[in-house]
Amino acid sequence: MDKKKLQTPSQTIGPFFAYGLVPTQYGYDFDSWVDNDMAFDLKNQETIEITGIVYDGEENAINDAMVELWQDDGEHRLFGRYGTGTDKRNRFFFKTIKPKSVNGQAPFIHVILFMRGQLLHSYTRIYFSDEHKLNETDQVLNAIDHERRNTLIAEKRDGKYVFDIYMQGPKETVFFDL
Amino acid sequence: MNESNKEGFDREIQPAYLYEGYKSTILRAPTKPLVVPKKSDIKLSGPVFKDFELGVLDHDLTKNAIKNGEPIGERIVVHGKVTNERGQPIPHTLLEIWQANAAGRYVHKVDQHDAPLDPNFLGTGRCMTDAEGNYKFYTIKPGAYPWGNHPNAWRPNHIHFSLFGGDITSRLITQMYFPHDPLFDQDPMFQSIPLKGRELLVSKFDYNLTEPDFALGYRFDIVLRGHNATPFENI
Repeated sequence: MDKKKLQTPSQTIGPFFAYGLVPTQYGYDFDSWVDNDMAFDLKNQETIEITGIVYDGEENAINDAMVELWQDDGEHRLFGRYGTGTDKRNRFFFKTIKPKSVNGQAPFIHVILFMRGQLLHSYTRIYFSDEHKLNETDQVLNAIDHERRNTLIAEKRDGKYVFDIYMQGPKETVFFDL
Repeated sequence: MNESNKEGFDREIQPAYLYEGYKSTILRAPTKPLVVPKKSDIKLSGPVFKDFELGVLDHDLTKNAIKNGEPIGERIVVHGKVTNERGQPIPHTLLEIWQANAAGRYVHKVDQHDAPLDPNFLGTGRCMTDAEGNYKFYTIKPGAYPWGNHPNAWRPNHIHFSLFGGDITSRLITQMYFPHDPLFDQDPMFQSIPLKGRELLVSKFDYNLTEPDFALGYRFDIVLRGHNATPFENI
């Protein structure tokens, strides 16, 4: 059996990541290789917008988090990244397409979340409120306590999906151990 | 895959979400148990960088922000190999790096530390691993800097790293430290790592990598979570 190598430990992204990881968004003189427009090279596809705020345990909006989205429905593999420090209300924004259902599962987008104050990143998922039927039968969603599963479902408001993330408290978002 | 072969974060190596010595974790660490989705339901993948094109100076922080001269400080070259937990190299994966300048000052607008900015140093860059998982970049050795976590708190010299690997579970953001830093003992970020894992974040000075008349050499090998060496190309 192979001798297992020890994983390199994780450390926090810290407060000063913007000029390295999302420089264009924050106005630094270095070009980002990725941004929040995940659908930029898709033609004739219906796009969706996703927005939200990341809250700490006192329900204050976190202004130094970095949100990454990854989706893969077999047809489109899309990645996006956005920092929460440039919007007045510290919202994040993404433009993408809604992934398709795979093997009867409810469609979802992976979220990888980093921030000052997290020594290890968190994983969660964005499901969609207008996929009620598939959400009702989804195995991952149904394995979660009923009162908490709604933290994973983005509500459609004014044409946009709203997905707020609560790190702690009564509304604490479900995070996954992937 | 059977249970004894379970992949995941190694909790004997990785820091916990809550580490009270690092005060910012207190309101930001999840408090409820993480949910483990049934592994059989998951098809994992992640960004692929096979055709990714770097800028010609992206890997050279000593040159990629020159305005009117060379940046101030000690030039270093950092080499390393990126592998998975089986020791198999991870080829063609992206590394993003960012750091303070030689005086311990970040370009980031929020950094208020009273140390000079360097007009010729931005402190960020990128490189890719080659077919054997090796990477290399040039930079200036970062300085230590104070922060507000506890009285007279100072961060040890460090370089931030961001890596992807084969799928989203191998995603890693970490910090590379320098050998024998006297600030380790009072640094809650370093101390947050279980004892067994700490030395894994300390680079090694390597005379053989040192480039005559140019830069001191350091080695920093990285092991990403997981057993897959290459990303899924097709479903």
